[in-house]
Amino acid sequence: MSNEIEAIKDPGLPAHVHRRADTDPKAAKKAERQVAILFLLSALGTVTLIGSYIFIPQDVFFYFPVLGNTNAHQLFLGLGMAASLFFIGMGAIHWAKTLMPDEEVIIQRHEFRSPDEDRAEFIKTVKEGAAAAGLGRRSLIKRSLGLSLGLVGLSPLILLGDLGPLPGDELSKTSWKAGTRLVTDPGDRPIRAEDLEVGAVAQTLPEIEPGAHRALSDIGKDAVLLIRLRPEEFNLDAERLSWTYEGIIAFSKICSHMGCAVALYEQQTKHLLCPCHQSTFDVTRAAKVIFGPSARPLPQLAITVDSEGYLVAQSPFNEPVGPSFWERSS
Amino acid sequence: MTAREKIAGSVANYVDERTGAAKWMKKNLTKVFPDHWSFLLGEIALYSFVILLLSGTFLTFWFDPSQREVIYEGAYAPLEGLKMSAAYASTLHISFEVRGGLLMRQIHHWAALIFMAAIVVHLMRVYFTGAFRKPREFNWIIGVGLLTLGIVEGFLGYSLPDDLLSGTGIRIAEAIIQALPLVGSYLAFFAFGGAFPGEAFIPRIYTVHVLLLPGAFLALITVHLMLVWYQKHTQYPGPGRTEKNVVGYPLMPVYMAKAGGFFFIVFGVTAFLGAVASINPIWLYGPYTPGQISAGSQPDWYMGWLDGLVRMSPPLESHFFGHTVSWNILIPGLIVPGILFTGMALYPFIESWITGDKREHHLLDRPRNVPNRTALGVMSLTFMLVALINGGNDIIATTFDLTINQIMWFSRIGILILPPLAFVITKRLCLSLQRADRDLVLHGRETGRLVMMEHGEFVEVHEPISAEKAWLLTQHEQNPALALEESDLRGVRRPGVLKNKLRARMSKAHAVAVPKATAADLKEIEHH
Amino acid sequence: MAPLLLALALFSIGTTFSVAGAATSTPLTAAERSALIDEGQRIFLKGCSSCHGLNLEGSAIAPSLIGVGAASVDFQVATGRMPVADMSQQITRKDPVYNEKEVEALAAYVSSLAPGPDVPGEESLNYERNGSTAEGGELFRTNCAMCHNFAAQGGALTQGKYAPTLMGVTPRHIYEALITGPQSMPVFSDKTITPAEKLSIIKWIKAAEAEPQLGGASLGRVGPVTEGLLVWTLGLGLLVGVAVWLAMKAR
Repeated sequence: MSNEIEAIKDPGLPAHVHRRADTDPKAAKKAERQVAILFLLSALGTVTLIGSYIFIPQDVFFYFPVLGNTNAHQLFLGLGMAASLFFIGMGAIHWAKTLMPDEEVIIQRHEFRSPDEDRAEFIKTVKEGAAAAGLGRRSLIKRSLGLSLGLVGLSPLILLGDLGPLPGDELSKTSWKAGTRLVTDPGDRPIRAEDLEVGAVAQTLPEIEPGAHRALSDIGKDAVLLIRLRPEEFNLDAERLSWTYEGIIAFSKICSHMGCAVALYEQQTKHLLCPCHQSTFDVTRAAKVIFGPSARPLPQLAITVDSEGYLVAQSPFNEPVGPSFWERSS
Repeated sequence: MTAREKIAGSVANYVDERTGAAKWMKKNLTKVFPDHWSFLLGEIALYSFVILLLSGTFLTFWFDPSQREVIYEGAYAPLEGLKMSAAYASTLHISFEVRGGLLMRQIHHWAALIFMAAIVVHLMRVYFTGAFRKPREFNWIIGVGLLTLGIVEGFLGYSLPDDLLSGTGIRIAEAIIQALPLVGSYLAFFAFGGAFPGEAFIPRIYTVHVLLLPGAFLALITVHLMLVWYQKHTQYPGPGRTEKNVVGYPLMPVYMAKAGGFFFIVFGVTAFLGAVASINPIWLYGPYTPGQISAGSQPDWYMGWLDGLVRMSPPLESHFFGHTVSWNILIPGLIVPGILFTGMALYPFIESWITGDKREHHLLDRPRNVPNRTALGVMSLTFMLVALINGGNDIIATTFDLTINQIMWFSRIGILILPPLAFVITKRLCLSLQRADRDLVLHGRETGRLVMMEHGEFVEVHEPISAEKAWLLTQHEQNPALALEESDLRGVRRPGVLKNKLRARMSKAHAVAVPKATAADLKEIEHH
Repeated sequence: MAPLLLALALFSIGTTFSVAGAATSTPLTAAERSALIDEGQRIFLKGCSSCHGLNLEGSAIAPSLIGVGAASVDFQVATGRMPVADMSQQITRKDPVYNEKEVEALAAYVSSLAPGPDVPGEESLNYERNGSTAEGGELFRTNCAMCHNFAAQGGALTQGKYAPTLMGVTPRHIYEALITGPQSMPVFSDKTITPAEKLSIIKWIKAAEAEPQLGGASLGRVGPVTEGLLVWTLGLGLLVGVAVWLAMKAR
């Protein structure tokens, strides 16, 4: 390199500067004492830890500045442990810095590349080995081995087949059927239309047999949010309007983006917001997406009332609820 | 010989006669490690991993990785009598009934956050100083692998307690799996043993979290360290430090005491955080059910950028032939992170292709001397930071009286504009610093003393800098751009012209530099 | 033993928040009542009518108050939200302008013109006796946490609006907010969340408010964002600090 010739010269490693402890026995003694104090602090930490474990009950609280009303057991156990570990480290490092040799040592690197003769010999060995095994000549063995290894590789995949059932139409189905009552979540009480004032919301689930178990995977598809507006506030087509009942509209609470529970309802703006990724849906326009990453409105559940005046589903959801998937058609 | 020496001697003899360890140990105990604080960042990650293993083992003694429904009857009154999974109930048990259990849980979680943060700053150190260059490309790739595994492992740990926040995280992970074209719903049903959330997922990820991934970590970390050991550590440039030597302290005793001591420091600091700062208070989140959610549902910080990307994604979805592709999930959730991480893993090869440099490098670069690389690094960090900010947009909005919509639009536009801007600014900054270095070598240090010249003009007295400093500022190589001919000698255009053109342009951009001061320059100045 | 003590520790502070009963302490006579309404009308005409209209009919900048009820007036005025200081995105809680007596008069006046939800009496707010914390927590997480956050610390809504923190809000005002749905908040009807369930929610909120620091500094109880911030500042700061010291040459 041309500029290498006229480069500024490397002055070499600077001369070693002695520490005070190297020359002054008093300073060395002082450093020794400091290290010992640090180690003793660690011992004190362990004593605190043991003492807190045995003597401080788990339900004692006291005021500690900055932290507030704090659990004494947890705090002192932790502080004891922190001190016991931290000061061992401080002691060891202080020892190394002040009393262990601090003269820098130089060692040489070696090149990683193997010498040419070693490389040649290696290649020869591999070639000879391959030739001895007849890898090149016996193509029948080579191919059949390839086949069997490939098939063996498949078997773990086959054996994992029972990890789960095939999805079938599970992703498209919910528990809602025509006539299923909407009941409060939690509480499982059926709801009458007049129970909701204008501006009211209710978290609901489909009614189940008394005492029946509600699986989380059902809640994950069935959760529905009821909202009551003034009927004139809707901006819906005739079909969607017929899915509402006296200003009450029902949406799947499972976000059409990634499945979080969309239930932040702003009564004044009539917007629904998902707290996970902030997709915003306009309730008056059938949950049309007006902001955020979601690409689809929340599915609307058609509702009406039954003979006893309780809110029921008119029909199941007409589309899959929750996040999109490959088999979803719209 | 004292009695103690005798015993030690006979033990050593016993081991050596069976393993021949003395020869190997003798060589390695005198191994030299250069001293610099930034070389300890990787050590923080390593020690955090050890802390994670220790505290994690403690937690497994009581944790019940099951989604079986139980009725809570433990010490925490506000959840008394509620239905929840055994996983959540046992996490409450660890927190409130096992003495030191909450401390260990908090240490485990803080250690995980420190682990990831330390990996990131270690990666930044390695990147900006060019430590990934030949012969250390393998170790760079292993490092990127560890970072990726760390994100997955951390997310699984966050998911295990089955609280409302972690369940929400799993819900989102399921949506990402489900969004994969063709196989998505099948993979999701296999992973969850049926429809979300099912009862199989937590037991399954538990095995992955405590067995498979820690095993993979252990193997990768071992190789990572063995390579560091075998290839010897890089060192910062300076007087007496060359490509052929290592200047530092021997393992025995100095480095052993320092590195060993530092393990206790890391453990101590983690325990301190576990003692004084609450982390993941699952008892406040409540048990998971898909019908509930909390405002400000966030992942841990190392996933925050991913969440931020997903939040800012435009609402794109394609429907064709009865199928759906969710670009709003695939692009921010898989495609962009995939490109970022692949690019990061391949960067050493890309750079050496651009520069044509195939030599070994053991002396680190000062970031200013490689403006293109430094600028690219700052650009990537800017991208991540914008994404991370958007991941916390709701908390930021309420804290600073902003709106989530403003922050979202800032991020959507900023993620496209700010990274290139950061690139340009950083590159210019690097070149200015190079110029300042040159001036410093040629004209010396400003002393702040003013002297009046004979004709009444004031000038500041400059002091020449030390030979050591001058060497530090000029030791770097300044290689010209690759000269790539577009056509061969007979004027025939070579194949791969476009590729060559690209390479030549990038090489030219990479070689931009302020010429460093040379001995000749100095002499010339002295003559004036 | 331990659970009992923990429960005690959690609720000992909760009980000290007694309800400041502004209304219905003793039944009023007809004369007292009409005097109260007159007083309310006087305050209304002076302080409220410029926006809400002389007959509560509302205007372009303020909603009609016909049928909002005493509960709504009490919530808005006694928490200082009304009269509103600046017409920004969100009407915030601040020190009330009117004293308890004046609020009572205003509420009496507004509800005298058209009936609406009444201010809950002290007897119907006995959440300590009639509420269940665990049930309240479940109701809170289903109905409230999505806006007010898992620990009732508040959260962001769209366009700069936010759900306020519920720390330090009196049980009466929480109850009134539930039945009247102020500003962005929807109404929670008595049939979908029964009065007993509302008391449970209040009891849980008060328990959350009184909960001591079980695991150290709470970091605002807003989830992982502040945790991440602490790791990058204090956590890495301490560790890098020690690393710098470690690599420094001793003198």
